Amino acid sequence: MALDIEKVKEAMYKLVKDSAGMKKWKATDLHKACEELFGDEYDKRGIGKDAIKELVEEGKLVYTYFGGSYLEIPHKEGAAND
Amino acid sequence: MPVEKKYETPLLDQLETGEWPSFVKEIKAAAENNAMANDLLGLLEQSYREKIGHWKHGGIVGVMGYGGGVIGRYTDLPDKYPAISHFHTMRVNQPAGWFYTSEALRTLCDIWDAHGSGLTNMHGSTGDIIFLGTRTEELENVFSKLTAAGFDLGGSGSDVRTPSCCCGKARCEWACYDTMGLTYYITNRYQDELHRPAFPYKMKFKMSGCPNDCVASVARADISIIGTWRDEIQVNQEEVRNYAKSGLDITKEIAMLCPGKCIEWDGNEIQIDNSNCRHCMHCINLMPKALAPGKDRGAAILVGSKAPIVEGALLSSVLVPFIKLEEPYDDLEIWEVIENMWDIWCEEGKNRERIGEFIQRVGLGNFLDAIGLEPQPEMVAFPRDNPYVFYEEYFEEEEDQ
Ligand code: HEM
Ligand code: HEM
Ligand code: SF4
Ligand code: SF4
Repeated sequence: MALDIEKVKEAMYKLVKDSAGMKKWKATDLHKACEELFGDEYDKRGIGKDAIKELVEEGKLVYTYFGGSYLEIPHKEGAAND
Repeated sequence: MPVEKKYETPLLDQLETGEWPSFVKEIKAAAENNAMANDLLGLLEQSYREKIGHWKHGGIVGVMGYGGGVIGRYTDLPDKYPAISHFHTMRVNQPAGWFYTSEALRTLCDIWDAHGSGLTNMHGSTGDIIFLGTRTEELENVFSKLTAAGFDLGGSGSDVRTPSCCCGKARCEWACYDTMGLTYYITNRYQDELHRPAFPYKMKFKMSGCPNDCVASVARADISIIGTWRDEIQVNQEEVRNYAKSGLDITKEIAMLCPGKCIEWDGNEIQIDNSNCRHCMHCINLMPKALAPGKDRGAAILVGSKAPIVEGALLSSVLVPFIKLEEPYDDLEIWEVIENMWDIWCEEGKNRERIGEFIQRVGLGNFLDAIGLEPQPEMVAFPRDNPYVFYEEYFEEEEDQ
């Protein structure tokens, strides 16, 4: 059976949420982790890319920039002024 | 709405006194009607006085769904300069070759007057239209007005940056391929990579129509696509003689400066040994009426240049010495090579490692091997100087013996 995109999204979201504040995830890190979780069924150019896109469009994750680009849980950052 | 002047700016005023255009004059003009531009004058004057910058980087602002195009900034003196408490930059994808109607320019300025500081940078070194300074809650408003007018945000962060090109065939007879057409194609082909950062670091494409390289792609693009030709320089001897008659010293100014040492001038005709030509454009630039690039035109594709940021500067190295760049662009083989390059860079590249640095670290020979390209003589920058290519068949032969 083909891999369910909701499962991939759930896994990615959990990876980011569980390590929030400790580790910053780049898209490539999420792909590597999902390749380990789901094995050959996981295709980073297909389902992997779509899962990130949907998570961001649903507002569950946001892109951030600190030297490089990361995916994080939306939050108010330290530098932000009111 | 007129803004009451609040700041004395003796230091900034000095920057208006020279004979050059002054950004201070422009900010002051904007400040008459824009509170953000006005507070910017105050803050800048204070920074000049104290010799301290008063900006903080913001890493999280953007528009919904995109990971690039907005660069977050806040001042660390929000109480003193409330209008620029937020001062985010937006990058707007410029049209290929930077051609606009005056109506398009008015549309852009009207959007920015209504939702930002009114200050723009046309254009940034990235090539984008730069909108300087707005608040977080205005980002979506600007974005929706831009898209309604047919514009989109450009790249920032670890994504494909907004591709840019020289004006190419639109204005320049030396263009060896349609830079604007290819740039438009690449922008569309890599929309996902442009808006959703997925690389170890930034990835820039720059397209120049000939080796004059007016967008300096050899020095600052991870992928430089530079027009060239593989037949003979076109020569009009009559026009060569006219240059000589009008006082050009062809031996001294052209033949002796030719890096290929392949030009001879006997006072009547010029001879070019095209097999030794380096395609540097020098002779063509000096005698544009007499000489022109050949007729069999295409481009060289180079990889790996960058300005010094995390590590030192690099120039691009040749990846594909010559390729015909003609429509349909979908059928070109280079996309597969480029996407293979991205795969291995994503797999093995370190965080904030540009692809040129990555290639230096693993070695060009290993890199070519991994993306499935054969080494070619054009890839060697200096003969006997960078022996990164090992021909395995030699070793095998020796082992057999
Ligand atoms: C005396 C004041 C300043 C000087 C001399 C200065 C100089 C420069 C220069 C030389 C560049 C590169 C431009 C290019 O090659 O296109 C640049 C880029 C930039 N500057 Fe300034 N700058 C000044 C003030 C500011 C301020 C006050 C801001 C914002 C608050 C700002 C935001 C930017 C941004 C966002 C870019 C990048 C544009 C791009 O993407 O190419 N600058 N600046
Ligand atoms: C000590 C002060 C600063 C240092 C050392 C610094 C350094 C840098 C470096 C190394 C980059 C990367 C250049 C690149 O990606 O090509 C950069 C990018 C940038 N900087 Fe700064 N910067 C400083 C202050 C500022 C300030 C005060 C502003 C704005 C008010 C600013 C705005 C920007 C922008 C808009 C970019 C482009 C980000 C991007 O390419 O995505 N910087 N800066
Ligand atoms: S790079 Fe060459 S083709 Fe492009 S504008 Fe400059 S001279 Fe013309
Ligand atoms: S293009 Fe450069 S190398 Fe070639 S003939 Fe002219 S000057 Fe010499």
